[in-house]
Amino acid sequence: MESFLQQLINGISLGSIYALVALGYTMVYGVLRLINFAHGDVYMLGAYFGYYLSRLVQGRTPSHLLDAAVVMILSMIGCALIGVIMERFAYRPVRRASRLTLLIIAIGVSLLIENASQLIFGANPRFFPQLIPETHIHMGNLMLTNQQVIVLVTALALMILLNLFIYRSRTGKAMRAVSYNLDAAKLMGIDTDRIISLTFALGSALAAAGGILVSINIPGIDPLMGVMTGLKAFVAAVLGGIGNIFGAVLGGLILGLAEVMVAGYGSSTYRDAIAFLILIAILLFKPSGLLGKGQVEKV
Amino acid sequence: MLTLKNISTRYGAIKALTDVSLEVEKGAVATLIGANGAGKSTTLRSIMGLCQPYEGEVLFEGKKINGIPTHRIAAMGIALVPEGRAVFANLTVLENLELGGYLQRDHGKLKRDIEHVYEVFPRLKERLAQMAGTLSGGEQQMLAIGRALMAHPRLLLLDEPSLGLAPLMVHAIFEAIDRINKEGTTVLLVEQNANLALKRSQKAYVLETGRIIMQGSSAELANDPRVKEAYLGD
Repeated sequence: MESFLQQLINGISLGSIYALVALGYTMVYGVLRLINFAHGDVYMLGAYFGYYLSRLVQGRTPSHLLDAAVVMILSMIGCALIGVIMERFAYRPVRRASRLTLLIIAIGVSLLIENASQLIFGANPRFFPQLIPETHIHMGNLMLTNQQVIVLVTALALMILLNLFIYRSRTGKAMRAVSYNLDAAKLMGIDTDRIISLTFALGSALAAAGGILVSINIPGIDPLMGVMTGLKAFVAAVLGGIGNIFGAVLGGLILGLAEVMVAGYGSSTYRDAIAFLILIAILLFKPSGLLGKGQVEKV
Repeated sequence: MLTLKNISTRYGAIKALTDVSLEVEKGAVATLIGANGAGKSTTLRSIMGLCQPYEGEVLFEGKKINGIPTHRIAAMGIALVPEGRAVFANLTVLENLELGGYLQRDHGKLKRDIEHVYEVFPRLKERLAQMAGTLSGGEQQMLAIGRALMAHPRLLLLDEPSLGLAPLMVHAIFEAIDRINKEGTTVLLVEQNANLALKRSQKAYVLETGRIIMQGSSAELANDPRVKEAYLGD
């Protein structure tokens, strides 16, 4: 029983990271009908920004938590800028092109970021500085680390903030309008280019947060770390129903749990395979995802 | 108020409008009638900048507006109620109206504007918390018009407001359009239902395969034998 609860906590913790990254996929898909394959690389950049910022910030603020918060916020801002630049120069010029063109460009952007990063940061893995010294929290026979708690609480807080923004603010409402019908949104006087830009900024910032939270738990970072996580988060978004915010969170959690359970009770050899098994199953049996509606192509 | 000077528009290689000129006077209701595919919607989309005429000029209150992005044209005081209504189905009725008033940042004024829409369409008030996608066709049309009114347009473009609606509902919609016009909004109405459109307007244009083939006062056109035969089913 304890071991199950332990796995549950680990799974939710991993799943909340997938959820953060999956949100970016799903939001961008919502406004542009584009799978931004470079999104996983933004997550990697988030971790690297965090790595360099940590070395500047660590020890300069009164507490470890504050150190981590400053590093995370600055890195989120950095990635938001990367997201905006990516949209402006790679996707906007071809927005009227076919979806296949967009997809190929997305893969190109991804390769560009991965290879440029190997050039700039070096291809060898780096050790992410320990921003918050690890302590153990015992609850009965359960063992948690303070880092796990921080990851969970931060991921949850970010998702709640995003939800409030999308469903309560004027700009969030505009974002939902854009994702439902771009032309109709323009007719309302909404500057849709600005909203699309903002969507990339938000999604990229969440990916950066994911990258840093992962690095707090598992400190090895490398320029290709975004490939597998990006793919898995994409599976999470599809599983939940791409374009659906709650779907991305649900998909992320399911995927994280599945992975941890497979590793814990089966064999850790198959932990990466489970994501793709889920992808194949969902595409076969419910292509619109758990919370997605059957898509009617707009005419 | 609105002048189209020899505009031509195309979709890829297909010419949708050729040399279309028309004029809508301030305070009037003008109509553009024609068969399916004649280019009526394209004309409205060209005014709003949703497609770009490659020739000619669109003037609103004397200013050239073609080439300006759609959201800025909307901010200048033109609203389009698009074909098929295009309400935001996944948002509530209230949220749809709030989006209509997107550019209004004064909360008090926004509330008053919503009240005004409820006055014109009391039906919407009963449905305010409902998702727009669950409304009936007629209610969605009311919502689409109400949403457009939220921006206080000086010129309202309506694309086939009667399409697919029961006669009683069509009547209600047109009563509302009359009221909106009397309250000072100029209207350009696109309709397939020529009978109705000619009755409710002062000036009319007939569009056929992308060209204006006839124009005149609505009363005149309603009695024109060619219009009668082709569009009024006599």
